[in-house]
Amino acid sequence: MKILVCIKQVPGTNKVEVDEKTGVLKRNGTDSKMNPYDLYALETGLRLKEKYGGTVSVITMGPPQAKAVLYEAFAMGADNGALITDRKFGGADVLATSRTLSQGIRRFGSFDVILCGLQTTDGDTAQVGPEVAELLDIPSVCNVQRIEKAEQGSIIVDMDMPHDIETIKAAFPCLLTVNKDICQPRLPSYLRKQQTMKKDIDIYTFSDMEDKDEEKYGLTGSPTSVQRIFPPISDKVQEHLEGTSRELAQKIYTTLKQKKFIAG
Amino acid sequence: MAKLLIHQEKITDAKALAMICPFGAMQEKDGRLSINAGCRMCRLCEKKGPKGAIEYVEDKKAPQIDKTKWRGIAVYVDHVDGSIHPVTYELLGKAKELAGKIKQPVYALFIGSGIKHKAEELLHYGADKVYICDKSQLEYFKIEAYTSVFEEFITKIKPAAILVGATPVGRQLAPRVAARFGTGLTADCTILDIKENTDLVQIRPAFGGNIMAEILTPNTRPQMATVRYKIMDAPKWSDTATGTVHELAISDEKLKSRIQVLGVTKKPKEKTIDGADVIVVAGRGIKKKDDLKMLEELADLLGGQTASTRPLVEAGWMDPKKQIGLSGRTVRPKLIITCGVSGSVQFVAGMNHADTIFAINNDPKAAIFKTANYAVKADIYDVIPELIQKIKTGGKAL
Ligand SMILES: Cc1cc2nc3c(=O)[nH]c(=O)nc-3n(C[C@H](O)[C@H](O)[C@H](O)COP(=O)(O)OP(=O)(O)OC[C@H]3O[C@@H](n4cnc5c(N)ncnc54)[C@H](O)[C@@H]3O)c2cc1C
Ligand SMILES: Nc1ncnc2c1ncn2[C@@H]1O[C@H](COP(=O)(O)O)[C@@H](O)[C@H]1O
Repeated sequence: MKILVCIKQVPGTNKVEVDEKTGVLKRNGTDSKMNPYDLYALETGLRLKEKYGGTVSVITMGPPQAKAVLYEAFAMGADNGALITDRKFGGADVLATSRTLSQGIRRFGSFDVILCGLQTTDGDTAQVGPEVAELLDIPSVCNVQRIEKAEQGSIIVDMDMPHDIETIKAAFPCLLTVNKDICQPRLPSYLRKQQTMKKDIDIYTFSDMEDKDEEKYGLTGSPTSVQRIFPPISDKVQEHLEGTSRELAQKIYTTLKQKKFIAG
Repeated sequence: MAKLLIHQEKITDAKALAMICPFGAMQEKDGRLSINAGCRMCRLCEKKGPKGAIEYVEDKKAPQIDKTKWRGIAVYVDHVDGSIHPVTYELLGKAKELAGKIKQPVYALFIGSGIKHKAEELLHYGADKVYICDKSQLEYFKIEAYTSVFEEFITKIKPAAILVGATPVGRQLAPRVAARFGTGLTADCTILDIKENTDLVQIRPAFGGNIMAEILTPNTRPQMATVRYKIMDAPKWSDTATGTVHELAISDEKLKSRIQVLGVTKKPKEKTIDGADVIVVAGRGIKKKDDLKMLEELADLLGGQTASTRPLVEAGWMDPKKQIGLSGRTVRPKLIITCGVSGSVQFVAGMNHADTIFAINNDPKAAIFKTANYAVKADIYDVIPELIQKIKTGGKAL
């Protein structure tokens, strides 16, 4: 089975704030890591390989330093990796990202199963997976919480829905996004890390894309545009309660009683 | 394409300028600055850096589309076997409000099998036209078939904007449709408005931080947005229904699918926080797992349930189903009491529509106090046991 996992590098912390006066984003630290949801996708890929044989490839789109996540994936057991990077790809929204990824995937090879995380912790849209599937014209199943089995040319999975679980058979090639119930990701192996530290990766830039219409990538290729960013505003009528804890408890109690949350 | 030009000669302190970039996309090397693929074109460097140092160069103007050709606000009807998900009504209410501003109609798109008799209901919530595609092949949610029906609807009706509930179905269907039309899709909007030129103003928490972003889809149609359940207000059922129901035809060829639904297993009904009237939330102010008992007791006394922020779920102290927030559940209880919760946007997005919000936090600067109706500056370990005592003894002095 040829398996591909889409992984993304995300900021290590989410502590970004807007300075109320200047409107400038304040960031604390620039360390990065693999999107935690993608670890589950990668683990799912590795387990499929262990059971059915084949290869696990990983692909990421991002700045040059994003290749770090490919090496993280190698240390967990991925066989090979590709980085898609170009300044022309900067400023991409979901659609432009999905276009670039799908073009990169085409370039990288043909796969039976493409796995994505449920969502990222920075983009946080959970949309890239299904958009990539659409652009590759393959079926997709999101929210997969269990893989039952792979068969000749297809895979049977459980999709988690609010009131029930749907068991679905999807024909290869297909794309799955997996949720956190699916498995527990393994830790990277030190030995593997040593062995794969200098591993070659494929690097694709704009000139490697099959579709060379610049208008489709990066900021220009993004139909959505961020007009402004601002700190959240609140329009709440507020009351500040102060005093000793005994007084506070009394005040909370009285208010709850007035509002009929406490009987009597 | 649009780009940022760097005028090195106008830069006095390259390191300081590089620091402005929230995405770390500017690199300083030997006093010279460069921009890499991490750039998201937020243009803060242009605005906040030394004057003229970074120049934004506009594209040759892309041809503008004719927005008058796309009319009306459409809502995708989310349902399971014909029982309509309430997020649909909330979105119809919002669509009605938006459509009113631009004086255009509200459409509903209803896809499934054996659902015809339910279409009427949508008219009572403000839909002007319900388009229904009722076919046996559409009995289960099959992504490709549903996408094709959606495509048929868009091609035929040309709505200016489409609202989809951010349910497990909506979350996978909307992106496929958006990609098929090469249009924008904004996830989990918390505020929606519309401009005279029919541009949908979409506001959502963004960049994984405590920031809200206003997003437009200025030059593509249809515009698409997903919204979570319990974010918008549900309209009242009205007994006048002036709208009409129409059939949406599609060829069997287009309903072919490469997935097959082998079976559906009902999940055991569990007590969820979604419908709770009273919720007591534990945040990282809780020092150890055992202390959750105190909050459980308070919740019990108030006839409610406990929930938590994400870090407690990550620590394994709480069931993931009890996480409130952007990556957890959205709740809209009558009363919510947050205990030791800082109030990050991601958390607040999941609960700020509660009727009454009490926040207990010992840090007077905690962001949660901006959201709370009652800001209680106190140590939870002091005030909660006192409160529990009070409720138990009926408020009488001990
Ligand atoms: C993409 C994305 C999605 C996310 N989704 C979610 C989500 O769905 N839900 C969610 O909750 N988070 C989410 N987060 C995480 C979120 O950003 C915050 O990290 C999290 O909500 C903080 O939880 P907290 O308030 O419990 O902890 P902290 O931020 O650590 O706050 C603890 C608070 O307790 C107070 N405190 C400490 N001791 C006491 C005491 N004895 N008495 C009173 N007060 C005390 C402190 O002053 C502090 O304000 C998400 C993050 C990202 C990037
Ligand atoms: N830049 C990227 N490179 C590789 N994979 C990505 C990228 N962005 C998103 N993905 C994949 O798409 C999933 C959903 O991302 P998102 O839509 O941003 O929440 C992630 O879990 C990844 O598997």
